[in-house]
Amino acid sequence: MTGLLTRLTLLVSLLVTLLIPAARPAQAEEIVMGLSQSSIAITTNFEGSDILIFGAIKREASIPEGDLDVIVTVAGPSRPLTVWRKERRMGIWINTEGVPVDRAPSFYAVAASGPLAEILSQTEDLRHRISVPLAIRAVGAPETIGDAQSFSDALIRIRTENAFYSALEDGVEVQEETLFRTSIRLPANLTEGDYSTRIFLLRDKQVVAQYVTTIDVRKVGLERFLYNLAHGQPVLYGLLSLALAVLGGWGASAFFRIVLRQG
Amino acid sequence: MQIYLPIAEVSVNAYLLLGLGGIVGVLSGLFGVGGGFLMTPLLFFIGIPPAVAVATGTNQIVASSFSGVLAHLRRKTVDLKMGVVLLAGGMVGAGIGIIIFNYLKSLGQVDLLVTLFYVVFLGIIGGLMFVESLTAIRRARKARRAGGAGVVTKRRQRNWVHVLPFKMRFRTSGLYISVVPPVLIGVSVGILTAIMGVGGGFIMVPAMIYLLGMPTKVVIGTSLFQIIFVTAFTTMLHAVTNQTVDVVLAVLLLLGGVIGAQFGARIGVKLKAEQLRILLAALVLAVCFKLTLDLLLMPSELYSISAAGGS
Repeated sequence: MTGLLTRLTLLVSLLVTLLIPAARPAQAEEIVMGLSQSSIAITTNFEGSDILIFGAIKREASIPEGDLDVIVTVAGPSRPLTVWRKERRMGIWINTEGVPVDRAPSFYAVAASGPLAEILSQTEDLRHRISVPLAIRAVGAPETIGDAQSFSDALIRIRTENAFYSALEDGVEVQEETLFRTSIRLPANLTEGDYSTRIFLLRDKQVVAQYVTTIDVRKVGLERFLYNLAHGQPVLYGLLSLALAVLGGWGASAFFRIVLRQG
Repeated sequence: MQIYLPIAEVSVNAYLLLGLGGIVGVLSGLFGVGGGFLMTPLLFFIGIPPAVAVATGTNQIVASSFSGVLAHLRRKTVDLKMGVVLLAGGMVGAGIGIIIFNYLKSLGQVDLLVTLFYVVFLGIIGGLMFVESLTAIRRARKARRAGGAGVVTKRRQRNWVHVLPFKMRFRTSGLYISVVPPVLIGVSVGILTAIMGVGGGFIMVPAMIYLLGMPTKVVIGTSLFQIIFVTAFTTMLHAVTNQTVDVVLAVLLLLGGVIGAQFGARIGVKLKAEQLRILLAALVLAVCFKLTLDLLLMPSELYSISAAGGS
């Protein structure tokens, strides 16, 4: 059975290879890219950051035929989550149904050199999970919920409103079929982690080259120290918080007494 | 000025936090409530994750209560003996409360239950206090009009509280009553503290006035005294089990809070007890009304996102 399947797959792929015009040999074009910063430090006064992603298309031969487009995606670390829907029960609005989402990036931005529907084929989108709805993956919706799709839509809607998800359909500038640049805004409420950055080069809606790199988003300084302390030495951290609270309370009380005596 | 909070992982305006702490601090000093029942919902509102808001809120209550209690200790309006009795009950209650809370969490609807708790308790207590204070003010006015300057109405008649065993003398409060009612009040407030993530002053203050018959001036300092220890205990529990105490958030809130509490305590001395009570009642009812509306009106966004596992 497995053998048959493998053979069938082989046959299909062979057919596909034969059917695709030979005018587009693999790796005829390559992406060379640069980042304005390859790591982002979250400091106490972090207010978000704009990263500039730029690059060039390297090719040995002359410019091939077909429309050239570039898509850039930046995805933050994924965490499983649950999307809840409220319903009216006995007069009050309560969470009645929840759909677990297996994988949803905390941040996701797509910048493209044109409307995604026009420059990217459905198959390529599915393969590389480029558009926002494909970047999240909802699995295991309970059978009682018929419209699991509306839960994913709600997730995207809420995150888009909060600037965590964005699709900039004219966000990438391409010059003379060779140079490209885009700027992606990272909001202040960033989750720490590796932000995977992908660049796709497309010709006639097909991905012909891609490049993947990582932007490192890390807390630094005081932020790092407190975070590590809270997770590594929770008792010490709790006592520190309480000590600060008591000190603050006493300090204000003493301060006011002195001020009042003088006044 | 935006500031990034290391544990909450959100960026918020520092002045907004200072102002929030200040307002809640004034209330804390004025009424002897920790202010948690206002602070926690306000923190949700500005986008702090609920778990962090609850845990950090308790830490902030420690600070403003400590500041408040010092002001009251100086004026000798703290019944330490009563405070210790209430505290003993409070610790037991907090333990029971955490068990209940975790059980509700496993059922999945903990948010709703917490809100319902707020609505029910704030509604009952706010309503009772409001009616009582109005009656008291009207009675005082009538007495003044009648020219009865020397007429002093007795605070409290003898009731079931005075017939229980284990009597103890509470000199500061001028009471000779059984320890059973204060311990029970402590236990129930402790349970509410753990479930609702608040200091519980808004429950304890009326309970002390109406059930125990303590003088209003002593009640505030004593409840603050009890709240400090119960919230400190809760802060430690959160820090150790969930790592959700954000010290940067706490410091900003307490900077505003401790200053506010000092002002509150000074304003409180100038106001009459009835006025103080009617103000607190109005405030409690306002919060209750807002929470009820949230439950009854159709929300603009029916969907919400939460981390997997919890509700």
